[in-house]
Order: sequence, then C-alpha cells, then structure tokens
Amino acid sequence: MSTHKESARPGLLGGGQAKQKLLAFASLIALIAVFTVLKPDAFMNRDNIIGILQSTTVIGVLAIASTFIIITSGIDLSVGVLMTFCAVMAGVFMVNLGIPMPLGIVLAIGMGCVCGALSGLAITKLKVPPFIATLGMMMLLKGASLIITNTRPIYFSDVEGFDQIALGSLIGDLIPALPIPNGVLIMFLVAVVCAVVLNKTALGRYTFALGSNEEAVRLSGVNVDRWKVIIYTFAGGICGISGLLIASRLNSAQPALGQGYELDAIAAVVIGGTSLSGGVGTILGTIIGAFIMSVLINGLRIMSVAQEWQMVLTGLIIILAVYTDNLRRNKK
Amino acid sequence: MNAKRQLLALTAGLALAGFSSFATAQEIYIPLISKGFQHQFWQAVKQGADQAAKDYKVKVTFEGPETEQQVDKQIDMLSAALAKKPAAIGFAALDSKAAIPLLKKAQAAKIPVIAFDSGVDSDIVLTTAQTDSKAAAALAADKMAEKIGGEGEVAVIGHDQTSTTGTGRRDGFVDQIKAKYPKIKVVDIQYGGGDHLKSAEIAKTLTQAYPKLKGIFGTNEGSAIGAGKGLKEAKKSGVVIIGFDSGKAQKDMINDGTIAGAITQNPVGIGYKTVEAAVKALKGEKLPKIIDTGFYYYDKTNMKDAKIAAVLYD
Repeated sequence: MSTHKESARPGLLGGGQAKQKLLAFASLIALIAVFTVLKPDAFMNRDNIIGILQSTTVIGVLAIASTFIIITSGIDLSVGVLMTFCAVMAGVFMVNLGIPMPLGIVLAIGMGCVCGALSGLAITKLKVPPFIATLGMMMLLKGASLIITNTRPIYFSDVEGFDQIALGSLIGDLIPALPIPNGVLIMFLVAVVCAVVLNKTALGRYTFALGSNEEAVRLSGVNVDRWKVIIYTFAGGICGISGLLIASRLNSAQPALGQGYELDAIAAVVIGGTSLSGGVGTILGTIIGAFIMSVLINGLRIMSVAQEWQMVLTGLIIILAVYTDNLRRNKK
Repeated sequence: MNAKRQLLALTAGLALAGFSSFATAQEIYIPLISKGFQHQFWQAVKQGADQAAKDYKVKVTFEGPETEQQVDKQIDMLSAALAKKPAAIGFAALDSKAAIPLLKKAQAAKIPVIAFDSGVDSDIVLTTAQTDSKAAAALAADKMAEKIGGEGEVAVIGHDQTSTTGTGRRDGFVDQIKAKYPKIKVVDIQYGGGDHLKSAEIAKTLTQAYPKLKGIFGTNEGSAIGAGKGLKEAKKSGVVIIGFDSGKAQKDMINDGTIAGAITQNPVGIGYKTVEAAVKALKGEKLPKIIDTGFYYYDKTNMKDAKIAAVLYD
C-alpha cells in the first residue's frame, strides 16, 4: 500500500498525514465551537476547560502508549489495567515500603516497563498473538492488583506532595489566573518526547517498519523480536506514567479500576488517524483524538444530554471519524 | 452551499442556545452524580429524584459512570456538573476521599452537597441519604438462620470487594452469623461483580465444592439472580438463597421459590430524599447528619403489601 511506504519515513509532524490531522483538528475545533455557541457560560469557562484538559490526561497518555503498539500492527489490551498495576505498585513502594517519592516514581514506571517486556516476550518468544498475550496480561495484572492491595485502595495521604504530580499547578504558581494542573503538562511533555522518539530514533523507525512489512524487516537482517520487546517495554513505561497520573489525581491507587480504559485509548488512537492495520500513525493525531473524545463527553454533559444518548453519539463519532479517514485514503 | 449550511447550523445552534438558557434561567438546577445508571437500582433512585423534582418544581439530571470502579470518570462528571453552576448537588461517591478537592470547590462556591447511597468522609456534605448496609445484611443473616434451622454451611456471593456497600453487606452478614449463630459457618465468600453469569458460575462451583451447603447470600440484585440461575442449572434444590434489592428477575425467582426472600432498600426513597434535602438546604433549613432511608425483608407472602410494593422495582 502506498500510504505505508510513504509514512514509513514521516517528518516530525507526520508528513503525509498532515491532512488527516488537519481533518481531526478541524473536527475538534468544530466540536468546541458548537458547544461554545450552545452553552457559552458553562462550557467555555476557565474551570470547565481545565476540567476537560484534566480529564484527557490519563487516557491521553495511555493512548500515546497504544499508538506505538498499534503502529506495529499489534494491539495492547492490557494498557488500562497495567496503568492500575503501576499505580498500585507506586502505592506499595511509597506507602507500604516508605521508599522516597522520586525513587518510587522511577520504580513504578520500571514496573510498567517490566510488564510491557513480559507481553513483548510472550508475543515474540512464545509466539502468542498480541491480542491474546495482552488479554492474558490484562487478566493477570487485574488479579495481581487486587491481590497485592488485598482489594482495598492504597491512599497516598501520607506521601508529601504526591497529589501535586497531577493536581498541583506550576503554571498557576507563576500565573495565578491560569491554574493548569501539572498532569496536563506531563501529558504534553510525554507527547513531545514520544513524538521525537517515534520520528527521530531507531525505535520509532522500527515501530513503523514492523507495522508496514515485518517480513521485509526480518529479511534485511534486523532482530525483529528484540525491537518488538523494546517497543512493548517502552509502551509499558508510558502506561506507568499514566498510572502515576491517575494515582496522584485520585490520591489513591484503586485496584479494581482500569478495565475498559484500553478501549477508550484505542478509540482516541484511531480517531487520531492511526491505522489498526499498522504502519501509519502520529502522536499529535492521537492527542487530538483524545481531546475529541473528552470534549465531546464534557460538552454533552454540559448540555445535560441523557447518558444513554452520550454513548450513542460517542459511538457514532468514532465510526464517522474512521470512515472519513478511509475516504481520504481511498481517494489517493 | 457550504456557507448556507453553516449559516443554518449556526442559526439552529443559536436557537437551541436561546431555548436552553431560557429554560434554565428560571429553574433551580440540581444535578445528581450517582455511582451508576444502567442498573435497575439506580434507575429507581432516578425515578425517586424525578418525582421529587416534580413535587418541588426543580430541575434534576442524573448521571453515573458505567462501572462502580471508574472513580476518575465520576470525578469528571462532578467537575462538569460544577461548571454548570448548579443550585445544589447530589453525590454518591465511589471513593469519597478522591472527590474531596472538587467538593471543596463546591463548598467555596456555596453549592450545598447532599450525599446519597454512601457517605463522604468530610463535613462538606450536609447530609447523607442512605441505607444502613450492615444492619440490612444482618437482617439477611437472621432470615438465613431462620430458614436453615440455625445450623450448617452457608456462602456469600458478593458484588464488589472495594465499595462500602460491597464490604458493608458482606461484613454485616458475616459478623451477624459469627455473633449470633455459632452453629452456622460461612465457608466461602466469592465475588461476581454483580454480573448474573459470573455469579451463576460461582453458585455452581460452590455447590460442587461444598455438597452440604445450605444457604447462599447474594449481596445485590445480580449476585442473587446469578445464585438462583446457578442452582437451577445445577439442578440443586434445598439451598436457601437470600437476595438483596429487587428487579423483575429476582421477584420472579422469589415467586417461584428459587430465592427464599430478599432485603430491599428503598431506592426510590433515596432519590426522593436526596432532592428533598437539597431543596431544604437551599431554603436554609437544618438537616440531620444522616437520613436513614430504611430497608425491609420481603418474600412471597408480603411482596404485594403496599409498603413493600412501593419500594420494589422491576
């Protein structure tokens, strides 16, 4: 497919996919415009905008992790539960074992990497398809989180400053009128770093290459298995960051949470123009996709649309988004 | 063409906006953020809230996350509700500690917060309209003991290991058995997430693992119905099921004898009292710390009584 070849070497902003992102971005702006017109006071006010930004952080970071996996034409069903597992492990390290916060953070992200690596190994060494390997991982980690916590949330109340990771506001300290929570900054920071990794490093090049034509990469002498494990490890670490964000936001690790979040993440990824068949995708697109989801849900809430209808509309938007993406591609 | 369409959309939007601002301008708006919305129980709470909204001439909306684990999504809902600058808020916290920062915001904005279904560990909430879970489950234990003759093995199929209703009902039942019925032994506690199918599988496994099992307590609608289905499928008779809440399937099973009886809360009352308390708070009336919305045991014999029938839902 021509699109695959073309996007195997995108620029920092995704080159050939600029149009798709433009379309996604235009949809986002259109959504915001509609809600602003309909509910100018409640929707377009500072606190609500900050609420939207904040509600995007966790899914946004998870979606970034999923973007890497999906570009390799894999899928990771365990991201939501892995996020929870990392939150739980952060609690174990910092609350139960009393490890200082900076080290606890590194260890929690490390746990994400370890779990990602395990999924990667199951896929490459045991030859279990990604869907199954990560499905197994999802169940395994969900159980592990419940066992470790004895099914009770771990509270971070005694870890000084932990809630500041997501809820504090460095910007607000400088500009009091703009209390954008740190969690939002972290999401954008993760996005920028990941965009660079995806487009400017060997890891990124192989992510695209594996999704475009794994066999060709293998035949050219590249250790495909090794790169796959590295990519899953990297994505696992990103899930760890997401785990810290949600734990900080809730000031607790909720062991039963997380299942279903992988689907929200996947939705954000595909709305952002990443193809489930692999080889195509951008981080910017994913972030826009995540915002489309959260703006839509927030806006419908502000409009007091009944919840059943919120779901119907969200579903329609997802299908519509991918349909327009297909249209654009077929035109080429 | 395109411009025309845009103009049309804009006009429609403006018209809608005009309409909605007109509608809200003269109404007292009270959003209820619940723990769920799909479950029949929450629909009954909503029904009560809608009734109160009608009686007190206020506007009520009702929202809750898809599962009772999605603490962060519930917080997003609370945040959006606050953005609408409501007169008061009804809130059934999934994790009360996690919601404190937003509740503080509500307090700062002088928006009264009424908790319902389960409490919030904070004096920000003016009152809590709820069922005493432990006392309700203790009544289930008494009824279980009565039905199995005061001795033997029983098991619990719980709906959730983390929420206060999940743990409260489990502990209320187990503690009562331990304290009052030394000859009854709780041999197993399993969790089916309130899912009919999972709970049915658990019930079947329990009868395999404990052939002498005499009773099962299902801690919510799905758990009880699942227990009934499981026993039916296993063709196992003589095991007493005590359920919780109502719903058509559970009521049918009580009528045909699969389930001996169940504890019902008063979900319609919970919804009604929440909105009523919010209205009272807006008028500056003083509220008690807890509004006990009550619970009853019901079975085939008293299901049709006016007092019981009023709180059962389909």
